[in-house]
Amino acid sequence: MICLSLFLSFLQIGLFSFGGGYAAMPLIQEQVVTLHGWLSMETFADLVTISEMTPGPIAVNAATFVGTQTAGFAGAVAATLGCVLPSCLFVTLLAFIYTRCRSLPILQQTLASLRPAVVSMIAKAGLTILISAFFLDGTASLIRENISVRMIVWFAAALFLLRKKKWNPILVMALCGICEAAFCAV
Amino acid sequence: MEIFQKKQRLPVLLRLFTSTLYLSAFTFGGGYVIVTLLKNTFVDKYHWISEEEMLDLTAIAQSAPGAVAVNGAAAVGCRIAGIPGVLASVLGAVIPPMAILSLVSLCYTVFCSNPWISAALNGMKAGVGAVITSVVWDMSSRIVRSKDPANTLILILSFCLCWFGGVNVICIILAAAAFGVLRSLHAKKGGSAA
Repeated sequence: MICLSLFLSFLQIGLFSFGGGYAAMPLIQEQVVTLHGWLSMETFADLVTISEMTPGPIAVNAATFVGTQTAGFAGAVAATLGCVLPSCLFVTLLAFIYTRCRSLPILQQTLASLRPAVVSMIAKAGLTILISAFFLDGTASLIRENISVRMIVWFAAALFLLRKKKWNPILVMALCGICEAAFCAV
Repeated sequence: MEIFQKKQRLPVLLRLFTSTLYLSAFTFGGGYVIVTLLKNTFVDKYHWISEEEMLDLTAIAQSAPGAVAVNGAAAVGCRIAGIPGVLASVLGAVIPPMAILSLVSLCYTVFCSNPWISAALNGMKAGVGAVITSVVWDMSSRIVRSKDPANTLILILSFCLCWFGGVNVICIILAAAAFGVLRSLHAKKGGSAA
């Protein structure tokens, strides 16, 4: 029974969170803390911290966390299934339409105008991450004490390895993490 | 609709699953990170889809509700291998965060306060930023070199609107799509008049 209500709650979260990540947060809070009381507000704050520190979308992280806490592994599976089901259905439908119709001239022109906008969305995501990496307080204020020179060095080295040496991106990302951890240990 | 023949299907599904499984374990910092990693794998390494298709599928991922990372994996899976592809890639995308969260939820106070873990995660931001910068550099230089000034204008304008103007991502995608529709209607009219 608890698994069913977990599934239904996360189904709503999956269905109504447009724009990913931080848009989903208030929805998750409403379902998990306010409506059902599965987590306390403090535990929810911990969950947000953990989500920022671990890979994967916050909705999937929250589903696993809440599911495990309330109904063990079965709960985690039920909640995760609920939160990815709407995505899968919508995306499959759109992708089918795309595959069938993309040779239509009107759709080709539309997609050609859409692509630059998508590139700039990706650029925005990248710049947001870089600002939180380069500036200690997370805001782009150009005061000497606020700028992390070490992070800029890691970034430049990573960019060099990616573009000139054609290294595997995941290896480069992991290497940046290891370098920073090693530097803090010394 | 599938790109591959029936007999090739199983190895393709397996590769789809293992790729998204591996990539999803490293998507720190939001959904667009997995989009750049998917592009690296399926466009640059395996050549299963083109860069343009990857961008179209990203727009689809952004337009549907739910997490962009899961949607991106589902869209690529669907394009490459139909509904079995969706299942393979979504399963791959979901297992790593589930496994990691299950482990972390057992001992999250230790995990959150460990200085080494937070230093490593902080350092990875620089790497993630570099991966995205590199992909954006490739994609935007292709758009600028495509000799269509309107597309370059959309690139610059949409970036300014969402970065400085704080305009919602979905509004920008819809506006760009509407512009494309108008432009194609206009081109058709011009074509029939000539």
